[in-house]
Amino acid sequence: MSTVVKFENVVAVAGSFPVLTGVDITVQEGEIVLLQGKNGAGKTSLLRACAGLIRINDGSAQVFGFDMRINRQAPRRYIGLLGHENNLYRDLWAIEHVEFRAVAGGGQRGDAAEALARVGLASRLWSVPISALSAGQRRKVAIASLIVNRPRLWLLDEPHSALDAASRADLNAILKEAAASGATVIFASHEGVLSEELSSRVVTLRGGQVVEDSSAR
Amino acid sequence: MLAEVLLLARKDLRIERRAKVALGQVAPLTLLIVVVFAFALDANAPLLEIGAGGLYWVAVLYGGTLLTQRAFEIETEGGNFDDFRMSPIKVHSLFLGKSLSLFIQICALELVLTPAVLLLYDVQVTDWLLLIAAGAAGAVAFSVCGVLWGVMAAGLRVRSTLLPLLLIPVLAPVLLAGSRAFETALGIRADAGWSWASLMFVIAAVHTVVGLAAFGFLLEEN
Repeated sequence: MSTVVKFENVVAVAGSFPVLTGVDITVQEGEIVLLQGKNGAGKTSLLRACAGLIRINDGSAQVFGFDMRINRQAPRRYIGLLGHENNLYRDLWAIEHVEFRAVAGGGQRGDAAEALARVGLASRLWSVPISALSAGQRRKVAIASLIVNRPRLWLLDEPHSALDAASRADLNAILKEAAASGATVIFASHEGVLSEELSSRVVTLRGGQVVEDSSAR
Repeated sequence: MLAEVLLLARKDLRIERRAKVALGQVAPLTLLIVVVFAFALDANAPLLEIGAGGLYWVAVLYGGTLLTQRAFEIETEGGNFDDFRMSPIKVHSLFLGKSLSLFIQICALELVLTPAVLLLYDVQVTDWLLLIAAGAAGAVAFSVCGVLWGVMAAGLRVRSTLLPLLLIPVLAPVLLAGSRAFETALGIRADAGWSWASLMFVIAAVHTVVGLAAFGFLLEEN
């Protein structure tokens, strides 16, 4: 089992505010890691640091063996990031959006239909502009856009938000399948039981540091 | 790389076709500017004729700035620029794809504005080839400059006011050269119109090279 994320004493500063203040965390291939903590604890910043979206100011940070202080773009092709925002093109149809993501990621246009079906979006909604979909349906399109690229590292910020109970269970199944096939999942959530049930490990952050790292099961 | 460029440009143009911002809002607005100039200066028809080239490019500059803002707005809607940065599409393809879609939209804008200027300002084209070459060179220059400076402003909250501040001074030489080339093409002045059009191509080429070199850095540091 190889190491996917290895952060040692990582410090990151946004503007003049330290968002990570000495994070130590190592995540192995196939793990599903839940990041917990109060608002402002550093969960989103840690996910963004793993994605190479914020500069590491101090410490050692490696993702898929790439040094994130030297080349933070390199591992992105293996990463799927779902943030608070779905970042969807509102004027595209759901199917067009997922097709675009599939082709842009080097996949096939035909994978889009399979991904939308997997997240449970009714086929009558595939040819509807995203702006006309509900919040939960948009979240599903965003998740389908990740699925088509088959990321090796899933970074998810509150992935269950806006989803109904059945869709949340579906998402958990999708993530467990991904982990079983060798992908790694790191997600931040306030969902309690639902998230702990999914995760194989729980990491608690406070003040930009890891204060507890335990196995949920 | 060509496939990636076309993929991105097609996506942007499809969004514009649905949203109808370029042809539904920006084109009528710039057309209105041309009409307003015609009303404002109608009492002085010779002045309108002399200024036709300049007024045309001022309208293109205004419309081009709006289109540039729109090109990045579709990537930042919802306050999230991360996905664009995380895109698996190569940085050079992102730059060229965005530039291509913007180029096509600016050309469409010019196709709407040109007959309006000819009709309202009562000017005749004496050199169609020069007019088309200068129009195309201007569209290339506007699109590559727009994408280069647009990405710089895209991640900022003040982008809607910052972009014109950054873009207009950079495009001033294109405006000047375009105006001179058009004046020659419209037979208003016997000047070195082709030299001005060539200058526009040079400006476009320089900004393309700078854009290809700097776009990735600007995207990351945003």
